[in-house]
Amino acid sequence: MGAIIQYIQSYLSSDKTPGAAGNMFWALVYIMLVFGGLSVAVIAMNWLERKILAHMQVRLGPMRVGPHGLLQPIADAIKLLLKEDIMPAEADGFVFWMAPLIVVLAAFTVFVVVPFGPTHAITDMNIGILFMLGVSSLSVLGIVMAGWASNSHYPLMGALRSSAQMVSYEVAMGLAVVSAILMTSLNATGTGTLSMIGIVQAQQAQGEWFIFKFFPLGLIAFFVFAVAMVAETNRAPFDLAEAESELTAGFHTEYSGFRWSLFFLAEYSAMIAVSSIAVTLWLGGWLRPFPNMLSGNPWDQIFSLFPGVTFLFFAAICFYNTVRMPKHPLFRIQTIGLAGFGAVLGLIGLVLFVPAVSTRIQDIFWFSAKVAGFMYLYIWYRGTFPRYRFDQLMQMGWKVLLPLGLGVLILTASVALLQQKIWHP
Amino acid sequence: MAPVATPFFFYLLAGIMVIGGILVITRRNPVHSALALIVTLLAQASIYLMLYAPFVAGVQIILYAGGIMVLFLFVIMLVSIERSMKERQFNSQWVIGIIAATALGGLFIAVYTKGRDIFPDGPPTMMEGDNTQKVASLLYGQYMFAFEIASLLLLVAIIGAVVMAKKRI
Repeated sequence: MGAIIQYIQSYLSSDKTPGAAGNMFWALVYIMLVFGGLSVAVIAMNWLERKILAHMQVRLGPMRVGPHGLLQPIADAIKLLLKEDIMPAEADGFVFWMAPLIVVLAAFTVFVVVPFGPTHAITDMNIGILFMLGVSSLSVLGIVMAGWASNSHYPLMGALRSSAQMVSYEVAMGLAVVSAILMTSLNATGTGTLSMIGIVQAQQAQGEWFIFKFFPLGLIAFFVFAVAMVAETNRAPFDLAEAESELTAGFHTEYSGFRWSLFFLAEYSAMIAVSSIAVTLWLGGWLRPFPNMLSGNPWDQIFSLFPGVTFLFFAAICFYNTVRMPKHPLFRIQTIGLAGFGAVLGLIGLVLFVPAVSTRIQDIFWFSAKVAGFMYLYIWYRGTFPRYRFDQLMQMGWKVLLPLGLGVLILTASVALLQQKIWHP
Repeated sequence: MAPVATPFFFYLLAGIMVIGGILVITRRNPVHSALALIVTLLAQASIYLMLYAPFVAGVQIILYAGGIMVLFLFVIMLVSIERSMKERQFNSQWVIGIIAATALGGLFIAVYTKGRDIFPDGPPTMMEGDNTQKVASLLYGQYMFAFEIASLLLLVAIIGAVVMAKKRI
């Protein structure tokens, strides 16, 4: 028993990720935390997407289940679990069964290397970014398998579109990523890194987020990635694989119930995964805004208040809407529920003000906040942009983004070389 | 840190690869064959990981499993499966196949029994830490010329494919 406790405690004094420290117990704890956090994030995204889209279109969105529809995702999850699981008679059973599993596994496995903080990652790999791109590219296999195994026309068309789209945008995405990785090598030793934690540390050491590096080169590379990542995740305006007006639901037309919800889960966690790649490569990962310009003691104190203030702000919104709830006795339970939810958020906010907690939670908060910004962008795109036609999509990928990515890569390399050889020899 | 390159994992992955390889050539449905090939390639990537070559493993996953095999599946999916399953397959060269396989097996056994000194005594102990950087400095330093020649060859192949596929350019 004592040995076990010592084994558990031995990690706390080290400043490495559990994977690097080789501590099985903490690695499992981190995996559970990431998995749980991701599931909560997907539930929250489900609610937020419907609410925000509704408000963009001057509707109310879900209002019935729980106050302001807050319990709607849970009701949906129960509905999906209880629904009959149908497999088409002519479907290829094994492949039909494997496809959602592969998509979910690919979408969740990439989070092994996502750096929520210098030590808050499950593990740090030497090939971190390569691993993320490789494993997330496996999800297209699951989509192709789902479309083919359904043995039906709409899914097959959706799968064909999706595989063509994902393979072409992967090229532009890879070029943008390479130009960011190239920037990590601009240090005294001249060696770059592919490790996710190493990339953020390189931005910290150079005192500049890569989006601002060699302005506007970093910004253009970021733009190429930001467009390609929407196409990679099959989201609007590039959601031709599931264009409901022409293909019903695309590759998952024949799926229902729990299997369909696995596709849904995978889509949202893939969105979070690619957003965290973008945050890590260009937006400084876990670093807080203005780490150099506003450094020093008073600013550190002020920025450490942000997590708590954010939660208190959410709690204040809840209380404001509690007051605005209809006073009719039928709304009594909903009003109490909303007040309770606000109280929970407020309590979390207060806990985050404790210095011991806030110093440990800082990096995770900033990383999640940046990723949340991208998630909002995804919803915003869906609310604003009309869907592309397929030839426009291909033209965009091969004739605009690919040359842009190549040009940025060459220019970045030249400027970096000039900087090292001429300006600072 | 305890080494991951234990014999158990090697035999597990090698077993998966062999089973996957057998499935590739025995399945009548071409899509099933392609999926079995993907399993084989992923197991091979894991063996690269065991050899402390994470970069090669990552590239293997991206290029073969995520890129080339998707294009394979893309083409196969458009083939009418019902017809191709009834067609006779091109496996009438099994005599030559068996001779070639026996020769290769004999070569392996001969190398393993006679040339023991070319194998290292124990599992390699180098760390995976800077594998990627080592590969990069070799590729862009010592073997720069060969690397560039290979990429030129690929460029020629791409242009050739476009010229052959397009009627008017």
